[in-house]
Amino acid sequence: MSDIGLLVVAVCLVVAVVLGLAHRLTRGRIRSRGEETVISGEDVGARLGERATVVQFSTAFCSPCRATRARLEPWAAGVEGLAYIDVDAESHLDLVRRLNVMRTPTVLILDARGRVVAGGSGGVAHREDLRRIQDTVAPLLR
Amino acid sequence: MSAPAALVDPRGLRFSAALTSIVLAVAIIAPSPQREILLALQAVIFAQAAFASPQNGPYARLFIHVVSPRLGPPRELEDARPPRFAQQVGLSFVLVSLALLLTGFATAGVIVAGFALVAALLNALFGLCLGCEAYLLGRRVTSKGPIQRTHRPASPIHESL
Repeated sequence: MSDIGLLVVAVCLVVAVVLGLAHRLTRGRIRSRGEETVISGEDVGARLGERATVVQFSTAFCSPCRATRARLEPWAAGVEGLAYIDVDAESHLDLVRRLNVMRTPTVLILDARGRVVAGGSGGVAHREDLRRIQDTVAPLLR
Repeated sequence: MSAPAALVDPRGLRFSAALTSIVLAVAIIAPSPQREILLALQAVIFAQAAFASPQNGPYARLFIHVVSPRLGPPRELEDARPPRFAQQVGLSFVLVSLALLLTGFATAGVIVAGFALVAALLNALFGLCLGCEAYLLGRRVTSKGPIQRTHRPASPIHESL
C-alpha cells in the first residue's frame, strides 16, 4: 500500500466533489447584466416576444441543453407575450462572441426591446432554476 | 461534417467513467509494480475507446450486456466525438504518469494519475465530462462555418447499441 497513493486518492475525491458541487451551484444562476446589450429578431432568426423573450444557446452534443429546452419551451408557450427561442451556438458564432457565451446551455432574458436584462449558464434542470427564470421574467410581463 | 456521427448511450459513458475511477484509484494506492500494471491496462482501455471501437471495450461490453438490459432503452443518445476526445485526454495523462513512474518520479507520476482520477470521478459522480467541454471550446475557436446538429432523441433503430 502506498501512503502517498492513499493521500492522492483522498485529495482527488475531495477535489472532485468540491468541483462537482460548485458546478451544480453556479449552474442556472441568473446574473443581471450591467452594460446594455440588445439582440434583434434578425440576430436570432425569429420574432422576439411582445413583452419578453427567453433565448437559449445550445450546441449539438449537449443533453443539459435538451433538458433545459424541455422545461423552458412549454412554460414559455403558456405565457402570453413571452417567446422562447433556441439558438444553435455553432451556427451563430458572431452572436456567441458578441454576447460572450462561454458554455451551453446559456439562457438570456430579453425585455420587449430585445435588451438583455439577465442571463445564466448551466441551464434549467431543477425547479429552483426554472423559478429563478420565472421570477426574472415576471416584472417584464406587466 | 456531412456524415452523421456515431451515437452512444450516455449512461454507458458514465458507467465506464465509474469503472475507470475505481481502476485508477486502486492503481494509485497499489504498490509498484501492480500500480504500473493497472495503469497500463487502463491506458489500453482508453486507447481502445479513443481510437478503435468503443463498444467492444470491456467497460462498454459490461454495460451493454449486464447493466443496460436492466435499465431499459436510453431516453437520448449523445454524439460519440466529445467523449472519444475525453478518452484521448485520459490516455495522455495515464501515459505521462507511467513515464514518470517508470523513470523513478513516483510522486509526480502518482499526482498526474490523480488528475485523470479527478476527471473520471467528475464524470461518474456528476455526469461532467471535462474532455467534452474542452472539445467544444476547441471547436468554438477553430470552427469556420455552420456545423450540423447531430443530436437526436433515441429511436428504435438504436436499441441494439
